[in-house]
Amino acid sequence: MVTITINGKVVQAREGEMLLAVCKREGIDIPALCHHDAVEPFGACRLCMVEITKDEWNGWRNYVTSCLYPVEEGLIVQTHSPKVIELRRTVLDLQLARCPNSPELQKLAAEHGVNSTQYEIVPDGDNCILCGLCTRVCARLGFHAIATVGRGHHKEVAPPLKEAPPDCVGCLSCVQVCPTNNITYEDKGNVRTIWGKKFELLRCSKTGKATITKAFAEALSTRCDIPIDYFDVSDDEHRRQLALKMGSLADWAPKEQS
Amino acid sequence: MRIKTPAQLKGLQKKCRADIDKHPRRVLICCGPGCLANGAQKVSDEFKKILKKKRLRGFSVEALAETGCHGFCEQGPVVVIEPDGTFYTRVKVKDVAEIVETTIKSNKVVKRLLFTDPATGKIIRKYADIPFYSHQRRIALRNIGKIAQCDINEYISVGGYQALGKALTKMTPEGIIDEVSTSGLRGRGGGGFPTGRKWATCARIEESPHYVICNGDEGDPGAFMDRAIMEGDPHSILEGMIIAARAVGAHEGYIYVREEYPLAVVNLARAVEQARELGFIGDDIFGSGFSFDLHINRGGGAFVCGESSALMKSVAGEVGEPRAKYVRSVQKGLFDKPTVLNNVESYTNIPVIIDKGGAWFAGIGTPKSTGTKAFSLVGKVRNSGLIEVPMGTSLREIIYDIGGGIQGDRPFKAVQTGGPSGGCLPEPKLDLPVDFDTLTEAGSMMGSGGMIVMDDRTCVVDVAKYFLSFLNDESCGKCVPCREGLYQLHALAAAVSEGRATEDDLDKMEKLSEMIVIGSLCGLGKSGPNPFLSTIRYFRDEYLAHIRDKRCPAGVCQELIRYEVDADKCDGCTACIVVCAQNAITGKKKELHVIDQDKCDKCGACYAVCKRDAIKVY
Repeated sequence: MVTITINGKVVQAREGEMLLAVCKREGIDIPALCHHDAVEPFGACRLCMVEITKDEWNGWRNYVTSCLYPVEEGLIVQTHSPKVIELRRTVLDLQLARCPNSPELQKLAAEHGVNSTQYEIVPDGDNCILCGLCTRVCARLGFHAIATVGRGHHKEVAPPLKEAPPDCVGCLSCVQVCPTNNITYEDKGNVRTIWGKKFELLRCSKTGKATITKAFAEALSTRCDIPIDYFDVSDDEHRRQLALKMGSLADWAPKEQS
Repeated sequence: MRIKTPAQLKGLQKKCRADIDKHPRRVLICCGPGCLANGAQKVSDEFKKILKKKRLRGFSVEALAETGCHGFCEQGPVVVIEPDGTFYTRVKVKDVAEIVETTIKSNKVVKRLLFTDPATGKIIRKYADIPFYSHQRRIALRNIGKIAQCDINEYISVGGYQALGKALTKMTPEGIIDEVSTSGLRGRGGGGFPTGRKWATCARIEESPHYVICNGDEGDPGAFMDRAIMEGDPHSILEGMIIAARAVGAHEGYIYVREEYPLAVVNLARAVEQARELGFIGDDIFGSGFSFDLHINRGGGAFVCGESSALMKSVAGEVGEPRAKYVRSVQKGLFDKPTVLNNVESYTNIPVIIDKGGAWFAGIGTPKSTGTKAFSLVGKVRNSGLIEVPMGTSLREIIYDIGGGIQGDRPFKAVQTGGPSGGCLPEPKLDLPVDFDTLTEAGSMMGSGGMIVMDDRTCVVDVAKYFLSFLNDESCGKCVPCREGLYQLHALAAAVSEGRATEDDLDKMEKLSEMIVIGSLCGLGKSGPNPFLSTIRYFRDEYLAHIRDKRCPAGVCQELIRYEVDADKCDGCTACIVVCAQNAITGKKKELHVIDQDKCDKCGACYAVCKRDAIKVY
């Protein structure tokens, strides 16, 4: 364990633990847009930056992304110093110039006192803030169907060659992690469309509800060694069946009338 | 044949030397990029053809060597006849027969091809007497121009690979690191981190394997020092790398070269092959039991891949984006393993340090910045080219003594050092010694060694705008302050140059710059606002002239200027009419010309072409 000081409070933390996690545990609100517990920290949105110093640094201070910074003994952290607040505002201001129409971003910016951007609106923008969560989650799942392409201001998230991605299984993980809800898909009848690719949707044999795509079921079946017929029924139905089975074993369960 | 002992190498050196010395005279033709662009290859082919045909006594085609860049690119193609060091400039194919007849056959001089010093008007015969060369001290560039560019025998003839032999057979890894630490060598890629300390940290880490990487992704506009070394003296890099590998316990290395340097890629690959044949790469090098393998990786053209963590990602086949280096790459670098990454020029210095000792190297330069540094001196300077000077040499010496001053004797305005994210230094800073710390203090940086000289016709707002546009294009786009911040900073600089900005915008730019500096992820972002910060620091008046008076004092920013013909000076030569793409200039021969302001797109072609200075900028 190491001892660090956050906003004047002495705190214990595991060595090597990331600073953001420690701050969150202490109930300190630090904004972050590119962070998700399912993937490695990335350090792209810069909102979680904090000011750090140490007694032996003789007054020298550094600004680091807390999501990526492993705690070390004697660290003195300010999560809301004037410079840090100004930095968060600048970042949100810049992001608003890129995505002026994103309600999520507008809300977060307003919470930090930025109600409109003072910069030139970037032409032809959408609501993508390039946090890279979608591509990282996709890679984490082992599909690598989408990636960032291009660089600098021309960077965007896209499938290879901007064609229907061969490795996409239509799992919607990218949709779920997107902080600005910028990734769209459509379920129509037995067909799901995402990234310009169409997928067949499976239906639960008990309830008739659409479950996951056939491609995703096949991928899970192969990779996780699950029999393919497992996916004949929905997860909800699996849980209901299990609950029924467990219920019937319990002493207090009403015995079935013979 | 494999070299197994230092003694065997010494024997080979003697033989190689004898092979070269058997010719009474030797022709060195510069085949660096500048000279090649001016037709050096044709000149070389002509020499070969004539030497073959004439069958001069004691001469064969082997008396000819195509060398790397001599540095004096302004005067190319350059041909040097050794051992006298007769220096011919701007040699054309038609001059070759005369050089063969006069100089090679009869040891006389072709006077019209010699260099004339523009400052004194004197004709100078020898290489070493030319001010451009005599003020230099070449360590990293020691062999370039003196040996054929891709021949291991020539490298061995000047003592090549002997430092490696010494390091492997007479020194311990700790001893090598001590020597490098003593030398005080600091990273030549611009970071200036002490090389010895980097190696020592890496060597201490127990996790294996270790890697060594050479960063040859020189991407600064106007910089070509590393290119010259990779093309002209690739073996010196290899030797430095193998020594580094031995010191830190690595058995595998990578050279990362830009794809835009095709000749560097070819020459390095050939050098690796030649070194492998002689056993300098492979198993049991010099019978020491140490083995090392080297790979060449080609970069895809992203400037950001010159940043060490992005480079390592690129080598590993991932998207070339930097990562936060709270855990350093000596600990977790390539493939997450301990890695030493140095720049081309740093590695080139290593064999000399091992050979002559760290103390010798530390005696050159300044106490905190030892040794020499190569620069590519370009812009509005008379002698542009590749130079190397001891650290601590003043900017004035570099620009005026070596560079020969400003073209056309115009007033000096600023010198931009450190590449796109460096800064512009004005006249009063010219006497600053060039070393890592002084340049950083003055608001610029050493960088990898680009040096762009500007005269009074350069507008600093325009310069800042250009470099911001470059950095904006080359930002990897991962973090917000760099991607969006530099975009907005460039937009604001453009507004200044077009006369649309207010003084509030300047404040906004300064505040935004500060946030980009502290908020960005990697060095590219952190130094990204430098082109603006250093120009506003030294040239605030010029920014204010654009904003308050809607005027560009240097006459560059198109929205704020107009070109007019000075009736007293125009002699009606029609030169401007010919070059005007918009047909905006009218007038008959020997009569006054007039520019139609509605048609003029302010390209400046008339201004550049007028010999009588009759086009005025307002």
